[in-house]
Amino acid sequence: MRIENHPILDFGNRKTIRFYFEGKEIEGLEGDTIASALHANGVKVLGESLFKHRPRGFYCAIGNCSSCLMKVNGKSNVKTCVTMLEEGDKVEIQKDKGGLE
Amino acid sequence: MKTTDIAIVGGGPAGLCAAISAASSGARVSIIERNNSLGGQLNKQTHMFFGSEKQYAATRGIDITGILLNEIKKYEDRVEIINSTNVVGLYEDQIITLMENESKYYKMKPEAIIVATGAYEKFLSFSNNDLPGIYGAGAVQTLMNIYGVKPGKRVLMVGAGNIGLIVSYQLMQAGVKVVAIIDAAPKIGGYLVHASKVRRMGIPIYTSHTVKEAIGSSELEKAVIWQVDGNFQPIPNTETIFDVDVMCISVGLSPLNELLSMAGCEMKYVSFLSGFVPYRYSNYETTISNIFTAGDSCGIEEASSAMVEGYLAGLHAAEKIGKRHPSFEERVQDYTSQLNNLRSGPEGRHILSGINQIERRRDYA
Ligand SMILES: Cc1cc2nc3c(=O)[nH]c(=O)nc-3n(C[C@H](O)[C@H](O)[C@H](O)COP(=O)(O)OP(=O)(O)OC[C@H]3O[C@@H](n4cnc5c(N)ncnc54)[C@H](O)[C@@H]3O)c2cc1C
Ligand code: FES
Repeated sequence: MRIENHPILDFGNRKTIRFYFEGKEIEGLEGDTIASALHANGVKVLGESLFKHRPRGFYCAIGNCSSCLMKVNGKSNVKTCVTMLEEGDKVEIQKDKGGLE
Repeated sequence: MKTTDIAIVGGGPAGLCAAISAASSGARVSIIERNNSLGGQLNKQTHMFFGSEKQYAATRGIDITGILLNEIKKYEDRVEIINSTNVVGLYEDQIITLMENESKYYKMKPEAIIVATGAYEKFLSFSNNDLPGIYGAGAVQTLMNIYGVKPGKRVLMVGAGNIGLIVSYQLMQAGVKVVAIIDAAPKIGGYLVHASKVRRMGIPIYTSHTVKEAIGSSELEKAVIWQVDGNFQPIPNTETIFDVDVMCISVGLSPLNELLSMAGCEMKYVSFLSGFVPYRYSNYETTISNIFTAGDSCGIEEASSAMVEGYLAGLHAAEKIGKRHPSFEERVQDYTSQLNNLRSGPEGRHILSGINQIERRRDYA
């Protein structure tokens, strides 16, 4: 779900970045955060709440609310809405508090 | 430990203008911004700004950042820009803790600090309000205008203030359908120009309506709204259901200023300023010596006033540490009268009475 034609903004030709979500290879674009790349692939559920295990997506997209925490390359509690996507990233849904790596 | 004359926390319009005037006064400045680029809220405002000419009205927000950055370039020898770095601690002895790229911590000891951290979006309580697909309006704007990603297919916008109206318009520009805009107030809060623009695009605006509940198993599928009476109490049997995969919450912003509380600044809840704000003197200094603040973090207003407050805070902070601008008096007077002009309307009167509640006078006796 990328914006194709925009009357004001031009997103240019962005390089493809390959990464893994729950072990499956998918694509994002240069300049994406992890959360924006996932959203562009239709992935809205990024995690689970700690106790009731309700689905969690992002909310603020600017690093304020911690609703988008995921496990990235083995590291837990990464704010994916403000973390830039990098080639080969391994992104996983985090279902617990996570720990220190 | 790293040192500087003035550390500015937040690189939005307030922080950038503070940097310009502090640097032009001769101070060494470090701008610390948690994003990987400067500009704050301006970077996603694709619309032409309202306000007055001196604050770039009729210029798109996204272009104002460029204008301010060019200005900062003039002082390259004195201004250090620290991006992708979150300020996570601010202490009474004016030491700040920085976290670079979410991993590396270090400390800095500036002579003065200006906190210009902006705002956060308020939330609304209704059942299932935590379903993915329910996002802040600013978040949707970020997703679209910065990353080029559509939030979904069909959107319900909650809040008919300027932000709700503008983001609705921008959603339609991006090719996303907005099925309705609702607001609990009996009247549209935003400017008429914006409301007419979205109405011309065929988006209905329901005033006196609020969200009853969100429906969906793992993502938002439907939204139920209902009417409210004059006391904002819901009226049974007035429900309308929309098939939407996105709900945008745009019910206002609150000042983001935990750092000021952490440092021990005296704070007060002021509804006209939309939340907890620090007491401050007319020079934008808080109750803790050499800690200053400007922009949305000390009261929600607009980019135009955030810029002017930034210029003022920068001049004053520099003066406090002995770097007085050669035309200090004239500049302070000029910016103060710009602020008064900006605040001459009905909204401005609210802001002024809010400021009246937190502005302290110095007792020189
Ligand atoms: C949809 C929309 C439309 C608008 N339209 C207009 C308009 O037409 N005209 C107008 O005048 N105003 C408009 N505004 C309002 C305007 O954008 C804001 O009032 C203005 O950006 C406030 O400036 P600021 O510098 O105080 O905060 P911000 O622009 O929010 O900047 C704060 C910066 O601080 C950074 N930050 C926060 N915490 C930390 C930390 N701990 N460490 C490091 N960095 C941190 C943030 O990342 C951000 O970059 C609009 C706002 C929105 C959302
Ligand atoms: S969505 Fe709020 S911190 Fe990422």
